[in-house]
Amino acid sequence: MAQGVLVLAEQFEGSFRKMAYEALSEGKRLADALGEPLTGVVLGFGVEAMAAELAKYGADRILVGDDSALADYTTEAYANVLYDIVKDHDPKILLLGASTRGKDLSARLSARLDTGLAMDCIALRVDGDTLVATRPMFGGKVLAEVAIQGTPPVAAIRPNVMEVVEAEKATAVEKVQVNVGVTKTKVLEKKLEAAAKVDLTEANIIVSGGRGMGGPDFSLLEELAEVLGGTVGASRSVVDEGWRPHSDQVGQTGKVVSPNLYIACGISGAIQHLAGMGSSKYIVAINKDAEAPIFKKADFGIVEDLFKVVPSITAEVKKLMD
Amino acid sequence: MDIVVLLKQVPDTETLIQIAADNTSIKTEDVKWVINPYDEFAVEEALRIKEAQGGGKVTIVTMGPERAVEAIRTALAMGADEGLLIDDPAVEGGDALGTAKVLAAAIREVPYDVIVAGQRAVDDDCYQVPAAVAAFLGIPQVSMVIKEQIQDEKILCECTMEGGTVVVETELPALFTTQKGINEPRYASLPGIMKAKKKPLARKTLADLGINPSEVGEAGAKCRVMNLSFPPERSPGKMIDGESPEAKAAELVRLLREEAKVI
Repeated sequence: MAQGVLVLAEQFEGSFRKMAYEALSEGKRLADALGEPLTGVVLGFGVEAMAAELAKYGADRILVGDDSALADYTTEAYANVLYDIVKDHDPKILLLGASTRGKDLSARLSARLDTGLAMDCIALRVDGDTLVATRPMFGGKVLAEVAIQGTPPVAAIRPNVMEVVEAEKATAVEKVQVNVGVTKTKVLEKKLEAAAKVDLTEANIIVSGGRGMGGPDFSLLEELAEVLGGTVGASRSVVDEGWRPHSDQVGQTGKVVSPNLYIACGISGAIQHLAGMGSSKYIVAINKDAEAPIFKKADFGIVEDLFKVVPSITAEVKKLMD
Repeated sequence: MDIVVLLKQVPDTETLIQIAADNTSIKTEDVKWVINPYDEFAVEEALRIKEAQGGGKVTIVTMGPERAVEAIRTALAMGADEGLLIDDPAVEGGDALGTAKVLAAAIREVPYDVIVAGQRAVDDDCYQVPAAVAAFLGIPQVSMVIKEQIQDEKILCECTMEGGTVVVETELPALFTTQKGINEPRYASLPGIMKAKKKPLARKTLADLGINPSEVGEAGAKCRVMNLSFPPERSPGKMIDGESPEAKAAELVRLLREEAKVI
């Protein structure tokens, strides 16, 4: 008989991603609604000690798959191990964070389990026997409510949306057997920046530049982002011009972001861009064109030359922080 | 080297999406249909692999209604060799898992060394079909590839993720998905367009693939759309006035601190 909510808490290079806590907290909320236990799962190598942290978020059980074969993430290996855990524990619901890896892992795993998957969920609820998810489509232009079925239904949660709630429990860590099976994928090299830099999809504050930046020099925005503790983003035109890398692109064919604050500098506000940042809590638009469509969607708008006003904003924020 | 490309026809991203009367799908009357942008990168990369390997066949596999033929022809015009359209009304209302089952069944009948797909479709944003196809075929998958190289039955891929890139190696046959930045898709030339009209384009139904309609489409969907809605409309807020850029900046920061409380 299927029981409980199982949550994969994604660890990255020895630390939990914030979305791991978000997924656990959401898992706890659903588990409480069902009156069932919450199980957190950690996979990796040398992760037994850190797994204990999951008790802080209300996990009734903590399972650890700790093996040198899991030292480097590959979808093949992690999917095989998580498949075994799901089969052994038969949860009612499986949750993961929809990071790049989480998307891959949930997709491959749900195919192997022949079960339903809702990707990039921004809300979840239980309706009788059914898990119901709200997920964006068409780059965020439309929201879909979907009913997920299967054994178990799987939901991959969009990062930076669910609330993290602490609910300390005294839970011991249990080691589970790890069998990665036959895998053909090997990690050869990792070219990853320092963990300090927050990805756009996980950022609370984003300072973004558009065609109005006039060129690849984004130092003004980088300075503002730095004093705010934010991340720098870019519009599609900027990326197409080669001024900024694609990983910085916000929009329907880039990243969809959900920060508390999105400052759009020299961005006109094409619908594809709005699709990517439209769920920001607060939008600030700075553009010297008063007719720029972005002003129709911004909470605060400044019609001004961004090169004049952005440095002043940076200075004002610095004053505030002192 | 035989390459299969998963290709989907989707509404152009300029499309103003409107919800249909059934509340579970979008209106398609005024939609401009295009090749899924990420699938264009997939077609281009497949052509480059064929060129680098000195020969082979690129087969485009698409599940969709008859209008999707246009998308396949465009890929053929770019240089792909054959197309296969799976068109069956029973797939209507299906989920990504169902689509993957159909595509996997079609691919099993085609020889392949590598399968290339776009990292996601920009209509449903599921990121799911390629990974599920790989799982059903029992082959490795590598996603978000911005650079790849095939050598001696192995494929080396550089993939993007949060914080940078990772280089992985896996064995063929394998599936990989393309991320923007992997290449610049070529335009179909006029000779290419003319040649495309004569290239083989097969059409199959679920019966041809031996798939039971109850396993796919709305009947077999495990993730079913209950309703569609628009996100809350954002209305214009406050335009900040001021005598100087400095004054505007000061007012903005004050509002962000005191009203919005986000800094």
